[in-house]
Parts: sequence; C-alpha cells; structure tokens
Amino acid sequence: MTDAVGIVIVSHSKDIAKGTADMVRQMVGSEVKVAFCGGNPDGGLGTSVSLIVDAINDAWSAKGVAILVDLGGAETNSEMAVEMLEPARRDLVVVCNAPIVEGAVMAATEAAGGSSLAQVKAVAEELSAD
Amino acid sequence: MSLRPETFKSLIKLAAERVIASAPELTSLDQAIGDGDHGFNMKRGFEAVLGKLDAISEQPFDEALKTIGKTLVMTVGGASGPLYGSFFLAAGEALSHDKHLPEDIADVFGSGVNAVSARGRSQAGEKTMLDVLVPVLETLKNAAGQPDLIARVSTTAAEAVERTAPMRATKGRASFLGPRSVGHIDPGARSSCVLVQAVCASLEGKQ
Repeated sequence: MTDAVGIVIVSHSKDIAKGTADMVRQMVGSEVKVAFCGGNPDGGLGTSVSLIVDAINDAWSAKGVAILVDLGGAETNSEMAVEMLEPARRDLVVVCNAPIVEGAVMAATEAAGGSSLAQVKAVAEELSAD
Repeated sequence: MSLRPETFKSLIKLAAERVIASAPELTSLDQAIGDGDHGFNMKRGFEAVLGKLDAISEQPFDEALKTIGKTLVMTVGGASGPLYGSFFLAAGEALSHDKHLPEDIADVFGSGVNAVSARGRSQAGEKTMLDVLVPVLETLKNAAGQPDLIARVSTTAAEAVERTAPMRATKGRASFLGPRSVGHIDPGARSSCVLVQAVCASLEGKQ
C-alpha cells in the first residue's frame, strides 16, 4: 500500500457509514485506508466520540486522516474526537465540510493519487462551494 | 466560606436526577425543532454520571468537573455531549488554575460558557443553550456577593428559556427550519435551565 491519506466516515447511522465506505472501496480500490462508524454509545442513531477515535486510529496514515460527516452532532463529536487523540496526531486530522457520500469518494480518489491532507480536504470541499 | 464535598455530591446528584426526569420534555421540545434525541442523549449521559457519583465525589472539585465532562463527551452521543462536556472540562480546568469555589464561581462558569461558545461556534441570540448560560453568567457577575444570588440565578435561567421561543435558530439542527423554528423553546436552553435550577435548588436546600 502506498502511503495515502486515510479516510474516516462518520454518520448517525452505521448503515449509511458502511454503505458509504463500500462505495469508496469499490470506486477507489484498496490503496486508501477507509474506516467508518455510526451510532450512539447505545447503538441507536447518533455518533460516539470513542468510536470515532477508534476509526481515526484504524485509518491512520503518516500523511494524516480526512473525516467526512453527515449532520451537526457528527461534526461536533468528530472535532471532540480529534482533540482526544495523542498530541502528535491531532494536527494531522481534518474534518471536511463536504457532503458525506460524494465527499468521501472524491477525498479517497484524491488520496489514492498520493496527495497531501490539505489537497484531499480541498478537493472534497469543492463540492460545497457555490 | 467553602463548598463542602457532601454539598457538591448532593448537587451533582440532584442535577443528574432532574435532567433524567426532564428527558420526556426535552425530547418533545427537540421533536418540534430538532431531531428528537436530546432527551434520550442527556438521560444516557447523566445516568453515566450518576453511575460514577461516588468516585466523582471523592475527587478534588477540578478533577470531578473534568470527569463529569469526559463522561458526557463519551456517553451522550449527540452534539450536546461535546457541548456540555466542554463546559465541564473547561470549568474544571479553570479550577485547576488557582480558582476556588464558591468565590470564583463567575470566572469558573464563564470558562465553561466560553468553551461552549467556541465548540459550537455560536453566540447568545442564536436560540441555543448559550441563551440561558450567558444571562446566568451575567447574573453571577452582577449579583456576586448578594444574599439573594442563588434565587436571582434561578429566576434568570427560567426567564431566559422563555426568551428563546421567539428567536429564530441560526445554529444547530433547528436552523434547517429557519422561520419555522420561531415559537418553540430551544431544547438545549431548556436542559441548561434544568441543570442551573437544580444546582440552585440543591444549594438552597430545596429538594
């Protein structure tokens, strides 16, 4: 595996997160590490900081990790998860302001080409530009 | 004057119990303008706090507040987890830096409010929990040292919740509703009021 930025998908629904990860793997292949999580600590709809921390560590790459989220709580919990990482990793994780499915596919495609974390984030966020 | 550990324990217990009891109300407020999970999420978080009550009450106040914050972050499961979690983590951090309860309550509470504002990238007036926390902070500052401080804080919280009804949400899930968010009390403001009033009631010995 070449060293590519890792992708983390965080949805309120584990089914959406898994489905998005499946699409990324099919469209981009296995060169990029993709991890996903969904559901609150009880398994209902929501997000869990500890599951997000685990997913970031699963998708870890020396080039960093880009996170794609669905709605408000997923973003807030992802930001919290980043702050709870060990200090050396915190600056190498970004939350992208992009639609979750399209953003994950675009980010992973860019990552597969060996781009930097900043480039991966920028490509995903082009989807949100007016 | 100092805050005694047993007083601290009973106020945490009452605050957690009141939040848990208010879960159905929080849920119905959130179903009106959010995604309907605020009651469930707060209940789960504060049940976890209650489960650690004995351990928390044996910690120094700063560590106790940080444990509460971390517990909420890890168990709530919605945006309110990091928001309330950040409040308690920052308040605990302030206490670790030469602040003391109860005399520095405004500074300690203010650190928590600033953390909520930063985490949510939000200010008062946007129909959120800050619309209760910021007026409460103002009262803590303005009425510091007054004999009726606790009663004034409690009244401030109750009045502040009602003022969120005519506001239009621009932050959080309710912002998707735009003008349709007007006319509903904000669920986060309500849960903040429940917490503040529970602490007031406990300190006044009204349980």
